Amino acid sequence: MMTFILRRTGSLVLLLAAVSFITFTLFQLGPSDPAAAACGQECTPERVAEARVALGMDQPFLVQYADYIRGLFSSRMIGAPGAQTLCEWPCLGKSFQTNENVADIIGRSLPYTFSMAIGALVLWTISGVGLGLLAALRKGSPVDKFIVGAASVGVSLPIPVTGLFLLLLFVNQLHLLPFTTNEINSPFGPQGPGAWVANYLLPWIALAVLFSASYIRVTRTNMIETFGEDFIRTARAKGLAPRTVTFKHGVRAGITPVVTMLGMDIGLLLGGAVLTEQIFSVPGLGFTAVHAAISGDLPVTMAITMLAAFFVIVANVVVDLAYAAIDPRVRLQ
Amino acid sequence: MTQIQSVEPSIGSPPLPPATSPEAKAPAEARSLLATAWMRIRRSKIALLSLCVVVAILLFAILAPVLSAMSGNDPYTSNTSPEVLDDFQTPGLPLPGYMYPSAQHWLGVEPGLGRDLFARLAYGGQVSLTIALLSTVVSVVLGTVLGAAAGYFGGKTDAIISRIMDLFLAFPHLLLVLSLTPILQSRLRDTPLGEGSFLPMASLVIILGFFGWAYLARIVRGQVLSLREREFVEAARSFGASHLSILFRQIIPNVMGVVLVYATMLIPTNISAEAALSFLGVGVKDPTPSWGQMLNAAQSGNWYLSDPWFLAVPGVMLIVTVLAFNLLGDAVRDALDPKASRH
Repeated sequence: MMTFILRRTGSLVLLLAAVSFITFTLFQLGPSDPAAAACGQECTPERVAEARVALGMDQPFLVQYADYIRGLFSSRMIGAPGAQTLCEWPCLGKSFQTNENVADIIGRSLPYTFSMAIGALVLWTISGVGLGLLAALRKGSPVDKFIVGAASVGVSLPIPVTGLFLLLLFVNQLHLLPFTTNEINSPFGPQGPGAWVANYLLPWIALAVLFSASYIRVTRTNMIETFGEDFIRTARAKGLAPRTVTFKHGVRAGITPVVTMLGMDIGLLLGGAVLTEQIFSVPGLGFTAVHAAISGDLPVTMAITMLAAFFVIVANVVVDLAYAAIDPRVRLQ
Repeated sequence: MTQIQSVEPSIGSPPLPPATSPEAKAPAEARSLLATAWMRIRRSKIALLSLCVVVAILLFAILAPVLSAMSGNDPYTSNTSPEVLDDFQTPGLPLPGYMYPSAQHWLGVEPGLGRDLFARLAYGGQVSLTIALLSTVVSVVLGTVLGAAAGYFGGKTDAIISRIMDLFLAFPHLLLVLSLTPILQSRLRDTPLGEGSFLPMASLVIILGFFGWAYLARIVRGQVLSLREREFVEAARSFGASHLSILFRQIIPNVMGVVLVYATMLIPTNISAEAALSFLGVGVKDPTPSWGQMLNAAQSGNWYLSDPWFLAVPGVMLIVTVLAFNLLGDAVRDALDPKASRH
């Protein structure tokens, strides 16, 4: 077990390093002139040249990358010689637009993204796994066919369409829920948990509709497969109660692919639900990334992309470790 | 049903000539892949229906110039006259006779600019579907060739390609695609691809195609790992066939079934991706229509709250298209890849 964790952590560090290097390369070498982008629309050639020095782009590429990585571990000075300012740890550069520390921008956006992710996650896991299990237990019945049909429609619903439709119906027409506000980003705020739920309920539903559809499919397929296996027959033959067979033996073995998906999706969602945040104007990581991308604010988009990839990779490792805990058939050597 | 079945022999494969020579064998097998798929799809009502819907949508997009000429409109001309758009109550909102379908404007007009929605939907379909299909082609070619090369050559080639696949799968696609599209556009602006409305289309095809190949490559690699040990590959090798010839003549034709399945599933993903990016404002931009751009137009300025029809037109079209392609994809998978079927 210990060696397994060590080995996975080792490859994790390597992968994270590779991801950071590739993202950095794409963003630094990608645009024809990041300095011009930083400088803005009406910029004289001299000012562009100054901006290039200020951004450290007169340095060799590898030096720039090393500087960037150094900022992850300690504060560093940033800017042109003579006009340097302190970029406090963790330093991810400064925004081209506001000159604010990118880490601060990310820190401000994270609570919104967490709020979006956690409720959607709970909603779609319960509905997806529950309905998938129900369909598997009633395989071939009208209930099963209805659930499978609904899942097919669910995966085909684009978030912009469902999101705008939900806003139109529940907020604009029925007045059941308020338009989302920036003031609430935690259930423990002064407005209380009720306002938090009301604020994020529609984004949660929009995300859950799309995600639960694929959870239904995966849960159903795997449970049907598991229920057909020998150890289930043995458990039944031993005279165990159907409920025990279904949950203690069946679900524990058949749920592992769902855990994989869940881990990956949590990782993905923590990087920002780009579309949903945009539609409901929730200023999380995805929303921030869209606006930075459109306005050419490279340090911000780069840092968020890197962070999002980190979340996915870490989630992957956590999933591997969780396997052993859930499925008794998996033994790590 | 019976009618379709009686027509079938002319659509399906004609009686095959007896396979006397190896040359006659190859085309027969290539045909039998599609013929098998068609035979099985024909049996399912849902699959047939989705196939018909897909064909209808493709025709709708291809015939956009003809259809909008028939309706007497084009996607770019604004009709902002006071008879069409409201000047007083909600400025820019179409008057009741023009908000919804009418003889003059088959799907009504846009609020604000007063352009014909039917023409924009049809021309937008051309743009959206072209982007989705071309980017799928790019992904499929990259995924098949790289996946097959990784599986066939093994060793270092496999290690390198597989690590690249892992990296591509680790990146959050939408975020990366979103932030790289403006960068790519600034790079393409001075090239022949950077002409006017062509630029966003070309950049979306490149970006979506480039980020969509890894999953398919992994599947192809797995298939090729077992294929390369088979007797017919051994035979080709003993005849002195080169690696490239074995790869393209023996290996890749044998994974076409899987490739076809994943290509059909990639198309709806790319349609949604185009819609998402254009909706976010980094893809196709006004005045060029696409289904995503139309969603963007419906959200901007909150028009959809006072004119829900404006959201419904591209929204329903998008849902129907993605659903039809998804169901067709399921059917193709069930037909060609019985192991992956959903019981």
